[in-house]
Amino acid sequence: METLERLLREHPFLESMEERHLEFMTGCARNVRFASGDFVFKAGESAAAAYMVREGRVALETHLPDRGTMLVATIEQGEMFGWAWLYPPYRWRFDARAVLPVRAIALDGPCLRAKCEADHDLGYELLKRFLREIDRHLERSQLQLLDMYRVNL
Amino acid sequence: MTPRFVRIKRTVRETPDVVTLDLESPDPSSIFTPGQFNMLYLFGAGEVAISFSGDPDRPDTLTHTIRAVGSITRPLDALKRGAMIGVRGPYGRGWPTDEARRAETVLLIGGGIGLAPLRPVIYSLVRNRGAARRVIVLCGARTSDDLLFTREFASWSRQGGFEVHWIIDRGELAWQGRVGVITDLLASVRFEASGALAMICGPEVMMRIVSGDLVSRGVDAAKIHISMERNMRCAIGTCGHCQFGPAFVCKDGPVFPLPQIAPMLGIREL
Repeated sequence: METLERLLREHPFLESMEERHLEFMTGCARNVRFASGDFVFKAGESAAAAYMVREGRVALETHLPDRGTMLVATIEQGEMFGWAWLYPPYRWRFDARAVLPVRAIALDGPCLRAKCEADHDLGYELLKRFLREIDRHLERSQLQLLDMYRVNL
Repeated sequence: MTPRFVRIKRTVRETPDVVTLDLESPDPSSIFTPGQFNMLYLFGAGEVAISFSGDPDRPDTLTHTIRAVGSITRPLDALKRGAMIGVRGPYGRGWPTDEARRAETVLLIGGGIGLAPLRPVIYSLVRNRGAARRVIVLCGARTSDDLLFTREFASWSRQGGFEVHWIIDRGELAWQGRVGVITDLLASVRFEASGALAMICGPEVMMRIVSGDLVSRGVDAAKIHISMERNMRCAIGTCGHCQFGPAFVCKDGPVFPLPQIAPMLGIREL
């Protein structure tokens, strides 16, 4: 548990998190590994965890009938992904696939939800951190939508 | 103002719509500063401003990388070895390469065709990076097919102190690199902001956002330089086509320190 708690503390997503929150959250965390090509999850499956990447690269992707599989973002060491477990219907909207071998910490979604309900301070702190991640992804999506490199330089 | 006519020595197909032309230099004793541009003239099509993309220490060859997007660049893109084109220049204010050699970390951030005007800086720093401990090259492109100069990434990375990172907006199944936007790439790079100097070239929206991120991270705005693109015609600051607020991009730029240009970047009418 000590090791897992240290890994949580060292990950940028939980940087400067209060010790009591980290201790409380450690019960929801586990180490996971994915080989290159493994799916972390697939669109439509039940969303039950958030993933904090410690090493490797994960692609968020979707399949278009006329264009095949398209990668919309990659997640790297020090980043996190997966928040569909936060709100109903708790379903993934994209596939997540390990592009390179991945080591990550999985935070169990139902477990975290229960702890956030029990400790609203933790819930607020976590939501602020997830909001920052969601905002980052939103900004990335907006820039991708701009298709800015098509602009005539 | 009169173009001199030179022969194309070599063409390199970089991407489906980008070509690099190596031209015979009309005056091998003439040198250019990285970031400067030439006006390239094609009979029957017209004249267009294109930055240098080659090695500033090889004055016998003028190298320009051209993206086929308009009525002049499309026929330029189709030219073959041996064809003749007109050249006048070099024009404009270039990158602060000497200042970069005194920085601790140099960030070269190129989006799309914007990597081309930065390549002469890379060549120059590969040869002599002075006191710079790190040279970090960040490249963004639309797709993997649109990434420029990928054949050179490995040789640049092998230079001591050099790092090259790249990212594309959208990837296909076989792509194993990063997918996202160039701000993701910048966010993932650790460096000491106080000793950093940045040169940015790409779409204006990209330069605005990236320069803002650099300032947020503590980089001195005066150490951030961006290369502007406007419709340059005369290239000597008289015709006014490239006027950007009080500045003429052809003469006062195309490279500007951020504090000089930042107030105008957010004005839609400019």
